[in-house]
Amino acid sequence: MIQAAVEFQNVHYSADGLHILKNITGAFPFGKITTLVGPSGAGKSTLFKLCNGLRSPDSGEILIKGTSIDSYDPVELRRKVGIALQSATMVKGSVLENLELPLTLQGKKIDIEFALELLHDVGLEGEFLERNAKELSGGQRQKLSIARTLVNKPEVLLLDEITSSLDRVSQRDIEELIEKINEKYGTTMIWITHNLEQALRIGHFTWVMMNGELIESGESSLLKNPRDKRVQDFVKGEVE
Amino acid sequence: MSYLTLSLTLIFVLIPLILSRTLKLGLEKDTIIATVRSIIQLLAVGYVLQYVFETDNIIFILLMILLMIGAATQNARRKGTSIRGITWKLVITFIFIEVLTQSILLGLNIVPPTPQYIIPISGMVIGNSMVLGILFLNRFTAEVENLQDETELILTLGGTPKQAIHTQLITSIKASTIPTIESQKTIGLVQLPGMMSGQIIAGADPVQAVQFQLLILFILLTTAVVTSIMLGYLSYPTLFNQRMQFLKLRS
Ligand SMILES: Nc1ncnc2c1ncn2[C@@H]1O[C@H](COP(=O)(O)OP(=O)(O)O)[C@@H](O)[C@H]1O
Ligand SMILES: [Mg+2]
Repeated sequence: MIQAAVEFQNVHYSADGLHILKNITGAFPFGKITTLVGPSGAGKSTLFKLCNGLRSPDSGEILIKGTSIDSYDPVELRRKVGIALQSATMVKGSVLENLELPLTLQGKKIDIEFALELLHDVGLEGEFLERNAKELSGGQRQKLSIARTLVNKPEVLLLDEITSSLDRVSQRDIEELIEKINEKYGTTMIWITHNLEQALRIGHFTWVMMNGELIESGESSLLKNPRDKRVQDFVKGEVE
Repeated sequence: MSYLTLSLTLIFVLIPLILSRTLKLGLEKDTIIATVRSIIQLLAVGYVLQYVFETDNIIFILLMILLMIGAATQNARRKGTSIRGITWKLVITFIFIEVLTQSILLGLNIVPPTPQYIIPISGMVIGNSMVLGILFLNRFTAEVENLQDETELILTLGGTPKQAIHTQLITSIKASTIPTIESQKTIGLVQLPGMMSGQIIAGADPVQAVQFQLLILFILLTTAVVTSIMLGYLSYPTLFNQRMQFLKLRS
């Protein structure tokens, strides 16, 4: 049995009277890449916010490396479990200031060599450092957002549709980068994607969520032969 | 001024009424309401002040100040309904600013400890604190709303609530205090301040009037800056919970 990096036990979550996550039970294996797919509105992004302590479940337990999420200090937890948000939000300021943000928050400065290396890893030129982050294109913001999430060197990385605005070549580059980090540091990856081919290609494991429920989970090959009728329809609809 | 001469000033109410009627502006009703209200309210205040000044009783002074704080709170809280517990946060701010300014003024013997000084100055301090509170709350709730994603981002990266709301807080404090500071740069050039004009009309020596006006201006600087900072630091923690999660503004 592979130990779970993140485990959900009967987790329910509602907001504004909406039952968003319904009785989620399942595990994200340690040191593996798990892809998370499902129609939009299924509750995938919300599930991430629970993993990183930005929201708390109404009931049920979330365990991080076997320990209840409530026993972690929120700041420590969020550095350990990093999210690259779907919105790839940037704060006012330069690319460098945005990249450095995780360290600025700890009263530290980024080493320029490290900054350049991160930019290079995600496929951004070094000359971007002084550019205004708010003026980057959607794809460039996604790349910068990934690089920024790596600054904290998280043990678990939650990636929310991080390649949705990227061209095919950049998509592949990012996939390779994530696989490289996963292999080199054993970082557990959970990757939300609406691209089922990508989910199959890079995932060791896959979760399929629909309408707030976890419908099917297992090795990513399940996407080729889903058991559940709803998942079959979803996969067909997405592939065609 | 006699009541006869005062009633002649109603001509200045008649002019807008006639204009509104002729041009069908539809302002008659509001103009009349405003006139009646100002007459009743100000006369009432005048008589109350006369009584308070004559009796010179500390209880009455305190009562007047509490009344001002109550009215100011009632006015300002409507702009901050999205912040939990805004009522008592405003009350604390107004009390603090009142105690701060009066202890400096009275403690250093800058003004004599009589109701003639304490009450009007308190009125100006609390009134301005109220305006500042409204300016601050308007701006702050808008900033918080507009920068929700940035707040959440900073939390995700392991920032504290204070760090996550810092930009919004500083922007709102600055934006709400700048008008006070700016208006002091041009004061006296275009328009004489109301209090000073009143004193001069009532026969005071202009230089004496200027001295008092300066005193008030400086007090209002403190009032502006302290009000915004205090309200800001009292308000922002209510946007987060113990687990450092960002709570939506109450709508
Ligand atoms: N803060 C919130 N308040 C109310 N409803 C929300 C909130 N966040 C998300 N939702 C709702 O929860 C559902 C799931 O959203 P989300 O987790 O973003 O789905 P996904 O990422 O799978 O597209 C949607 O119906 C969305 O409208
Ligand atoms: Mg989403």
